[in-house]
Amino acid sequence: MLKNFSGKGEQTVLESISYTSDYEFSNGCRAPPWRQIHGEICYVLVKPHDVETLCITCSAEGVFLNGGKTDNEGEINYERKGEIYKDLVTFLKEKSAKFSENMSKQEKRFSDKKEKKEPTNEPPEKEEAAPVQKAITGSGKRTLEKNQINFGKSQMTKRLEPSLRWKATVRFKEYRSLLRDPQEEKHRRRPERSGPPVKPGRAQLVRKSTEKIEEIVSESSSESEEDEEPLDRQEANADLPSEYWQIQKLVKYLKGGNQTATVIALCSMKDFNLAQETCQLAIRDVGGLEVLINLLDTDEVKCKIGSLKILKEISHNPQIRRNIVDLGGLPVMVNTLDSPHKSLKCLAAETIANVAKFRRARQAVRRYGGITKLVALLHCGKSSAELAQSSLYDARDVEVARCGALALWSCSKSYTNKEAIRKAGGIPLLARLLKTSHENMLIPVVGTLQECASEENYRAAIKAERIIENLVKNLNSENEQLQEHCAMAIYQCAEDKETRDLVRLHGGLKRLASLLDNTDNKERLAAVTGAIWKCSISKENVTKFREYKAIETLVGLLTDQPEEVLVNVVGALGECCQDYENRVLVRKCGGIPPLVNLLVGVNQALLVNVTKAVGACAVEPESMMIIDRLDGVRLLWSLLKNPHPEVKASAAWALCPCIQNTKDAGEMVRSFVGGLELVVNLLKSDNKEVLASVCAAITNIAKDQENLAVITDRGVVPLLSKLANTNNDKLRRHLAEAISHCCMWGRNRVAFGEYKAVAPLVHYLKSDDPNVHRATAQALYQLSEDADNCVTIHENGAVKRRKMENLFENCHLCQRKVETHLRCVARSARDGSGSAAGVMPHGLHRWKCSVCTVTRRGSKDASSQ
Amino acid sequence: MNRKKLQKLTDTLTKNCKHFNKFEVQCLINLFYNMVGDVTERQGMVTGLDRNAFRNILHMTFGMTDDMIMDRVFRGFDKDNDGCVNVSEWISGLSVFLRGTLEEKMKYCFEVFDLNGDGFISKEEMFHMLKNSLLKQPSEEDPDEGIKDLVEITLKKMDHDHDGKLSFSDYEQAVREETLLLEAFGPCLPDPKSEMEFEAQVFKDPNEFNDI
Repeated sequence: MLKNFSGKGEQTVLESISYTSDYEFSNGCRAPPWRQIHGEICYVLVKPHDVETLCITCSAEGVFLNGGKTDNEGEINYERKGEIYKDLVTFLKEKSAKFSENMSKQEKRFSDKKEKKEPTNEPPEKEEAAPVQKAITGSGKRTLEKNQINFGKSQMTKRLEPSLRWKATVRFKEYRSLLRDPQEEKHRRRPERSGPPVKPGRAQLVRKSTEKIEEIVSESSSESEEDEEPLDRQEANADLPSEYWQIQKLVKYLKGGNQTATVIALCSMKDFNLAQETCQLAIRDVGGLEVLINLLDTDEVKCKIGSLKILKEISHNPQIRRNIVDLGGLPVMVNTLDSPHKSLKCLAAETIANVAKFRRARQAVRRYGGITKLVALLHCGKSSAELAQSSLYDARDVEVARCGALALWSCSKSYTNKEAIRKAGGIPLLARLLKTSHENMLIPVVGTLQECASEENYRAAIKAERIIENLVKNLNSENEQLQEHCAMAIYQCAEDKETRDLVRLHGGLKRLASLLDNTDNKERLAAVTGAIWKCSISKENVTKFREYKAIETLVGLLTDQPEEVLVNVVGALGECCQDYENRVLVRKCGGIPPLVNLLVGVNQALLVNVTKAVGACAVEPESMMIIDRLDGVRLLWSLLKNPHPEVKASAAWALCPCIQNTKDAGEMVRSFVGGLELVVNLLKSDNKEVLASVCAAITNIAKDQENLAVITDRGVVPLLSKLANTNNDKLRRHLAEAISHCCMWGRNRVAFGEYKAVAPLVHYLKSDDPNVHRATAQALYQLSEDADNCVTIHENGAVKRRKMENLFENCHLCQRKVETHLRCVARSARDGSGSAAGVMPHGLHRWKCSVCTVTRRGSKDASSQ
Repeated sequence: MNRKKLQKLTDTLTKNCKHFNKFEVQCLINLFYNMVGDVTERQGMVTGLDRNAFRNILHMTFGMTDDMIMDRVFRGFDKDNDGCVNVSEWISGLSVFLRGTLEEKMKYCFEVFDLNGDGFISKEEMFHMLKNSLLKQPSEEDPDEGIKDLVEITLKKMDHDHDGKLSFSDYEQAVREETLLLEAFGPCLPDPKSEMEFEAQVFKDPNEFNDI
C-alpha cells in the first residue's frame, strides 16, 4: 500500500507501514472474522517520521487509532482510542506533520506531472491504469485524495460485485487473483526503480516522481479499497444466505461458551444442511474450523463428539479437507483414535477417512502415527467377530473396526501407507474381518485389500492369509459395491497362477460368469470382466468359463460398453482364444467383426488387448478369412505406426498369424503401400518387445520371395545384424529366425557375414532356451552355405566346442547341426584353417540338440532345400 | 449398626436396585456410613447426608461446579424431600447416576433441569441455567443477549410442539435424536473419567467383603 513511498529518504512520507497480519481472508479483509462483523477490515502499523508507531484500525466507518498491538502476544487491542477519520491519508495528515508536508509535496508534483504521466504509461500497465486515467480525467483538477477515492470506488465496485455471490467463492477468488496480477507485477518491478537516488537531473526527477505518483495512485487505490470495502460489504451482506449469519453466531458461542453452551451450539450447527457447500464454507469463513479442531484438544468428550460429527460431514468438501490439514487437524484426530470412547474413535476414524482423500493428508496421517492406530482399531472388531459367534457381540466394536477400515481404505491409496499398514500387521486383521458377515464392514475391508493388492508383498500375504477364499465368498453377496471390490481385488491378485487356481477351486469362476449378466452397473462390470480376464490366463479356468457360457456373454459385451469394460472383455477373449474351441466359439458368436472394429480405437490398453485377441483369432484360417474381409490386417498394420511401443509390439505379433494364414499373403502384404518399409524401420526401435515382434513379422514376410527382395532393398540385413548383440532370449530367438529366413535371398548370406552377425549368433548357443537353440541352428545352417561364414562359425564354435557338446548332451541327434558343422569342417579343412579338423567328426556323434523333435518340420524343409 | 441389620439392609437394597450387585451395594453402604459418620441410630432422627455434605461429594468426587445444578442433583437424590439423602436414596440415586440406562438418565436429568418441578422446562428456567455459560464480553451492550439467543436456539432445536417450553416428551425426543443433548443445560451426570475413578476406588478390594 503506502509501503512503497515509505523509507528513510527525505522525499518519503512515512518511515514504514505494514499490516499486522499477513493472512488475508478470502473476502480481502485482514481482520479476524469476529472483528469483521464490526465492519473492521484490517490493522495497519504506521511509523511516520516524527511520531511514534501508530496502530490503526481501518473499518467501515473510517480510520481510527486503536489500543495498539501488544508485543508479547501479538494481539491487538481493538478498542477505539481516537477520532474516526474518513481515510488513512487524512488520518496520517492529522497525526504527523511531516507526513502532511511530504504528502502535499507529492500532491503538487502529481498535479504538475499529471499531463505527462498519461503518455508515459507503459503498454503492459495500460490495463491496470485504465481506471486511474478515467478517474483522473473525470476529476479534472480535484485533489489527490478525491482521485484516490474515485479510483478506489470504481475499482472496488468492479471488484466487489462478484463477492456478492458467496456461492461463487471459488470463481470470485480466481477473479480476484486475476485482478491482483497486474499489481503484483508492479510490486516485482519496484525494486528496479527504487535504486539509490543519484543526484537527480531535472528530467530524471520528473520521471522518478511521476513513477512514484503512479505508484501512489495504484497503491493507495488499494488503500482506499480498504476504506470503501465495508460499504460494499454491507450491501453484500444482504445477499449472504441467512445460514451464514446463524453459523457465525454459533461459532461465536462455541468460542465464548462453556461446555454446556458449546454442546448446544454444536448440536444446533449440526442441524444445518452440512452437505451444502454454502454452510461448509460459511463454517470455514467465520473461523469455525479452528474452533472445531481446537475442541478436539480439550478433555470434554461431548464437545469432541459434537465437533467431530460436524467435521465428519463438512470434510466431504475437498476445500475443507485441505483447510483441516492446514490447520493441523490431523494430529489431533489421530490422537483422538486413542480415546477409550468408542464413539469418539469411530467419529475420528470416519473423519480421517474423509480427510485423507489427498496425498498430503495421507502423508500426515502416517507421519503422526495414524496408520498403526487405525490398524489397532481393527483389533476391536476382531474380538467382536469372535464374540459374534457366542451372540454377545457389541455392535459398537464392529462399528469401530468398520470406521478403522474405512480410514485405512482412504489411506491405502498411497504406496508408503500400504507398506505402513502391512508393517503394522494389518493384513491378518483385515483377513479376519473379512470373515464377518457385516456388509458395511466388508466393503471398506475389501476396498483396502483391493487398493493394497497392487503391491507384490500384499499379493503374497493375501495368498498366505487365505483371503481369496473369502473374497470369492463375498462375491456371492447381494451388495453390488461389495461384489465390485471383491472382483477388483481378484483382478489385482490373479496375476499370480496359484491365486487363479484358488479362485477356481473356491468356485469363484461360476459366480464371476453369472455376474456378467447384469450390465447396468458399469463399474462392477469392469471389475468383474477384469477378474475374468486375469483368471482366464490359466487354461483350466478358460475351460470352466466355456462351461459357464461366459465366452458367449463376453462376445455380447463387445459393443456399447465403456472403455474400461471393453479393455477387460477383449483381454479375456484374447486369453480364451488361445484355445481352439474358443476360437471357433468366438467366430460362431460373431465376435470377430466387433473385435476388428475396435482396432480403430485410441485407448492404448484397449488396443494392446484387441490386437492380441485378433491375433489369437487369426490362428484359425476360417477366422482369418473374416478378418481379411473386414480389412483387419490393414488396420493392424496401421497400428504399427501407433506411438505406444506396447501397441506396436502387440500389433506386430498379431500380424504374424495373419500372414501365415492368408492364402495370398505375399500379395496382401505388398498391397499395403509403404507397409514393408514401415516394418523394416521399426527395427530401429529400442524396445526389445517391439524388436522381437517385428523380427517375428519379418520372418513371416520373408517367406514370400518378392517381399523378401523388397525388404532386402530396404536394408533389412544391416538392421538385423546390428541387433545381433543382445542378451534377450526372446529377441534372440526371433532374430535368429528372421535371419535364417532372410538368408534365402540374393547375397544376403554373405551380407550377414559382412555385417558381423554370424559370430554373435554362434554365441546364442550358450543360451538356456531351447527355442533359441533351434532358431539359431536353423540360422547357422543357412549362413554356413557361405564359406566365410563357415570359417567364422568354426572359429567361434571350435573354441566353444566342449561347451556345445555339453549343451546338446542327452538330446536326439540334430540333423541341422550336423550338416552345419560337416559343412564347416569340410570348408575350413579345404581352406586350410581347420585346426580342429580331426576333432570335429569325432565329436559329431555326440552333437545332440534338445529341440530336434520340435524342428522336425524344419529339418524336412532343410533336407529338401 | 450390627452386622445382622446391615446384612438385611444390603439384601433389601440389592433387591430394589437393578444396576448394582450385592457386593457393590455393600461397598456403597459402607461408603455411605463412612461419610455420614458413625452416628448411632436414634429413634426419630434421620440419618443421612445433608445438602452441604452431599454437594461436597459432588464437587470433590464428580467435579461438579455449578451450585444450582448441584442443588438440583441433591433434590434429585432426596426423593422424600426431607433435606437429607438417606442410605436407600443414596443407593438408588447412584444407580442412575453411574449406571442408569438412557431412559433413567433422561428422567433424572429432566427432573434436575425442571427447576420448579412443574413438568416443563420453561424459558426462564433455561435462562437461569445457561446464565453463566457464555463468557461475558465487555463490548456487548446487552450481556444477556447471547444467553437469550442460546435459549432460543435450544428451544428451536428441542421444542417440538412449539409451545415455548420443553415438556418431557420434547426433551426425550430431542435426546433420542442427539444423545449429546442429555445434559443440555449443564452437567448433572458425572463425566466418564471421574465415574471410572469413583467406581474403581469404591469397588476395589473385593476379597474383603466376599464373605459377607
